[in-house]
Amino acid sequence: MTDGVVCTTEGVGAATSRANTWRASAVVGAFLLLSIWTYALDARYLYFSAYLWFGFIYGASLQYGRFCMASAIRDLFAVGVPRMAVGIMIAVVLFSLVSAAVTVAGKSTFHASPIGLYSVVGGAIFGFGMVFTGGCATGSLYKTGEGSVSALLVVISLSFAQALFVDVGGVLDALVPASWTASAAAKSMPAELTVTKGWYDQFLAGYIWDLKSVTAGDALGLASPAARAFIGNSLVNAILPAIVILAVIYVRWYRKGWLRKNKDAAPGMAREVAGWWSMVTASKRTAIAGLVLGVAAGLQMWVMQTLQQKFGISNAGELLTAMGNTQGLSLQETVFDPGYFYVTTQEAQGAAWVLAQLGMDLRDNIFFGMENGIPSPLANPVLWMSFSVIGGSMVMALLANEFKLKMPTREIAIWAIGGGILMGIGSRIGMGCNIGAFFATVTNGDPSGWLFALGMTAGGYGGVKFFNWWIERKMAKETPLGF
Amino acid sequence: MAMKFEKVSEGKYQLDVQGYVCPHPQLYTKKALEKLQSGETLELLFDNPSSGESISAMCDSQGDDILEQAQDAGKTMRWTIRKH
Repeated sequence: MTDGVVCTTEGVGAATSRANTWRASAVVGAFLLLSIWTYALDARYLYFSAYLWFGFIYGASLQYGRFCMASAIRDLFAVGVPRMAVGIMIAVVLFSLVSAAVTVAGKSTFHASPIGLYSVVGGAIFGFGMVFTGGCATGSLYKTGEGSVSALLVVISLSFAQALFVDVGGVLDALVPASWTASAAAKSMPAELTVTKGWYDQFLAGYIWDLKSVTAGDALGLASPAARAFIGNSLVNAILPAIVILAVIYVRWYRKGWLRKNKDAAPGMAREVAGWWSMVTASKRTAIAGLVLGVAAGLQMWVMQTLQQKFGISNAGELLTAMGNTQGLSLQETVFDPGYFYVTTQEAQGAAWVLAQLGMDLRDNIFFGMENGIPSPLANPVLWMSFSVIGGSMVMALLANEFKLKMPTREIAIWAIGGGILMGIGSRIGMGCNIGAFFATVTNGDPSGWLFALGMTAGGYGGVKFFNWWIERKMAKETPLGF
Repeated sequence: MAMKFEKVSEGKYQLDVQGYVCPHPQLYTKKALEKLQSGETLELLFDNPSSGESISAMCDSQGDDILEQAQDAGKTMRWTIRKH
């Protein structure tokens, strides 16, 4: 219980606060300058700046609410704390409502993912890895903004793991089912992609592309666009599952403590609802962050679609071509451009670009060569969003006097790199991370996101069990008190 | 910096998890509190802001009292928790 707690801040003078205010202003100024300078060069950079400023909002909100999906699962199983899982469900509800409105207005940029077991498998590997890293993919970005070098190691390792995983062949090719190889070979693909070589190419062309995708609104056969968006996609696919999940969390993890605190031995329905509401509002910072994230993520789709219409494009590759920058485009002259909040693919592109500078060409695969391209970081609008997630978080951390450059110990660095590699592999098998494969999907009526969440929860549970065992073993060895 | 968990005096313990990131501080805190008897106090030193939110919620849920929350200029948080 925190009632009556004494809070003090020792030695943190006004000078420090002023210095941090200046530093925060410098970060905001740098982003503003980049937006203004690039707009002056070419008005089409507005498209890049839109990604950038939404990323900034995400980063600031994530840091303010300590909003991290890794902790949603991990803290629930490890220490019985539901605040983050609650915050995410709030964000899911709001994002789904704004998305429905955006969809009805014809401004949605969302495309449903195929439905298949791959989501569960990818989610499980991702969920297992993220327990060890201390943050999910977005969580690691915002913690990098707080000065955590271990979070930066997570971002780097998951980026390079993805870039290399989508191009790896050799031993992994032997694990590819013959049906995938045959299906991939039957598709008319450019010869330079060699789609029957490389595990990931055959996974995409021989398995993923053969799966069906559907939104809840379409599956229910609802007639009007508004009913499909608000009833099918939002209510059935997002809001009702979120309410059920919140009820399960309340009963399993919150109710007992709440009843004890309120000395309520035999509560009626009204008291139960009051307890449920108390759980939802327990962490105001998390709830506020969830609210801002949910609304901003929906609005981003509207803004990006509006800009696509303004510039007469459907993908940023067309914009880059018109701007005379064709380096790094895919064979289809496209680049990765989801038009909504997404993390991991752009980091993979960043890593692939670095590897390309070192002489490693990764364009002979579907992921980079045909779908996403390998643009330079300056010509990668979605990567601008990732950088500004770090920037937005840094500004909030500086203003809250929480920024601290923190070097990891060897132990933490090993956890960060190992977990980051698992997250990278999991996100490529699951076709995204907790944002792209869960948050952005379930809120747009795509049931595949719940499959990813199921895998992520199972993987997170396994990770917590392993981590508990590890910590108990370590404490028993290293402390005089033991455990 | 390695984690330290030690008895400071009768009924008083200290857990130092500075340098650790999530989920280490909250997991070590949970394990340390399990070791304490009711009424004993734990002085917790950590510097990972995200862990603070989880530790605070965990204490709230378990009925443990956070008696003091202090932060020094080096961003180290020093919390005193009394076991329920």
